Amino acid sequence: MSETTYLEATRRAIAAAMRADPRVLVLGEDVAEGGPWGATAGLAEEFGAERVRNTPISEAAIAGIAVGAAQSGLRPVVEIMFVDFVTLALDQLVNQAAKAHFMSGGQLTCPLVLRTQGGAGQRGGAQHSQSLEAWLTHVPGLKVAMPSSAADASGLLASAILDDNPVVVVENKTLYFRRERVPDAPSPVPLGRARVVRPGRDATVVALSRLVPEASAAAEELAAEGIEIEVVDPRTLVPLDLETIAASVARTHRLVVAHEAVEHGGVGAEIAAQVQHACFDDLDAPVERVGAPFTPVPFSPPLEDAYLPGRAEVAAAVRAALGLAA
Amino acid sequence: MPPVQTEEGLELLRSMWRIRVFEERVGALARANEVHGLIHLSVGQEAVAVGVCGALRDDDAVYSNHRAHGHALAKGASPAKVLAELMGREGGLCRGLGGSMHLVDVEHGLLGATGVVGGNIPLALGSALAAKLGGSDAVAVVFFGDGAVQGGIFVESVNLATLWRLPVLLVCENNGFAEFTPRSAHTTVERVSDVVAPYGIARETVDGNDVVAVRDAFTRFLGAARAGEGPALLECLTHRLRGHYEGDPQRYREALAEEEWQRLDPILRLQRALAVEGGEFEAEAREEVEAAERLARASPFPPASLTAELAYA
Repeated sequence: MSETTYLEATRRAIAAAMRADPRVLVLGEDVAEGGPWGATAGLAEEFGAERVRNTPISEAAIAGIAVGAAQSGLRPVVEIMFVDFVTLALDQLVNQAAKAHFMSGGQLTCPLVLRTQGGAGQRGGAQHSQSLEAWLTHVPGLKVAMPSSAADASGLLASAILDDNPVVVVENKTLYFRRERVPDAPSPVPLGRARVVRPGRDATVVALSRLVPEASAAAEELAAEGIEIEVVDPRTLVPLDLETIAASVARTHRLVVAHEAVEHGGVGAEIAAQVQHACFDDLDAPVERVGAPFTPVPFSPPLEDAYLPGRAEVAAAVRAALGLAA
Repeated sequence: MPPVQTEEGLELLRSMWRIRVFEERVGALARANEVHGLIHLSVGQEAVAVGVCGALRDDDAVYSNHRAHGHALAKGASPAKVLAELMGREGGLCRGLGGSMHLVDVEHGLLGATGVVGGNIPLALGSALAAKLGGSDAVAVVFFGDGAVQGGIFVESVNLATLWRLPVLLVCENNGFAEFTPRSAHTTVERVSDVVAPYGIARETVDGNDVVAVRDAFTRFLGAARAGEGPALLECLTHRLRGHYEGDPQRYREALAEEEWQRLDPILRLQRALAVEGGEFEAEAREEVEAAERLARASPFPPASLTAELAYA
């Protein structure tokens, strides 16, 4: 085991994939300079400007070039600097990439990875702080990963690059610089397999991305009161590992779903619906959801802090699921 | 029209007749509700598809748009498979999952056709990038109408194609109408080739109803692209004889006078230049399209399980 960050684990996974396969290339704004956080630092030096391509601020063209390149045999890894800017690339992602294999009757494959990062907490204002993963999960043909740890950031990205489908990897900016212990030789994490982050008997908390460490912190707080929660990270939203989630709910009989995206229409609604169908007889309480209010992300620091769901909201939702007073 | 060697000229004529007869039959089948969905015919625009695709190889990538039948046939797709696709049959190019606006024929290099105007342009850049990085002299070609030029993705793509000197050829079929609206109501720039002037990309506007002019201009750009000299834009001024889609009442324009169309029709023009009658080519095409229709009708609808089977690779 060694210590690293989510960001460095991401960088190493890209470099490893590029060393292993000459068809892998990186496209995006400022990627040859390492990007704003450094996720691609050093790649241009090692692999050259042909394979680490700086692009203009042309998200739609970048995504479309990646689709064409993927259809013609390359394995592009595109960086869209903020998930908020994926809006500009949605035609290419939704109408082209997601449907290429299907509409061609299986003749084409589109093995591209679109890396981006979302989430609030850095006073970015409403256009640099969103959590838009639910949109992407609504498009058949796309896979969607949301790593919450350094090991998963590396392992999910490795699998995404090997996958023959378009995969969107939504990283989280507030997780980038946490130091974590990771295996010395990181292995790919299969897409579609959840991780039980912490075992527990009293309630299941399915948490995404930044809400995973928040749920773990809530678990510590609740454990002091004698409440043991099981924290499950689905890791990929498409495909979704319902089996692991349902098995956990069958043991704990209570479910809380937690994400930073607005609660309304969020991925939590889909997970809640699938679990109530699979586990109707196992549930002892209504499914509780944790998500942001249905407003844009506010800029002013105290307002943003109040807006963001975290440990306290997860703990409160667990108490509600257990019928305990807040 | 410049002189054209007879053998080659006859081949161009044969190709144009094949598209003309195919498209007219598709129009009839659309009225009979035997082909499905939104059908956009390329009657009148045959010279562009034929002049361009005839110069290409199977390892060159072609991206088409919503008006795709002519491009597919000119690139070598089987008429039976195209027709079966339009009928939603398992034996279609895309096993019935694509339809008229989404023809793909990987074997012949047709890597996509899109119903979202302009959405196909950057894909061609991506295929061109793959060819360039792979050390091949293959090129990518994308067809789009003048309506696509007013979209942002066009400018993003022209900029990147030129900046990266990609072997991509942008072929604009300027038929003067973006759906129902004349070009003059959408932009102050009359010529698409003028829109791209500041980028320094090789560019030319040709009479798109003159198949030889299209072929000659395209072949020059193709040679340059294969030699690593980068992209080009070819604007072909043409005429869409039918509506935007089958069933379009065309209240927005006057029909061409018959004598005017006799003068413009790319097929009649080539026949005049070659001093040949078209009868035998038309008959040959009719026979081919009838045979294609028999094959297409014999193909079953795909099994319902195909939908789930092909959602992911």
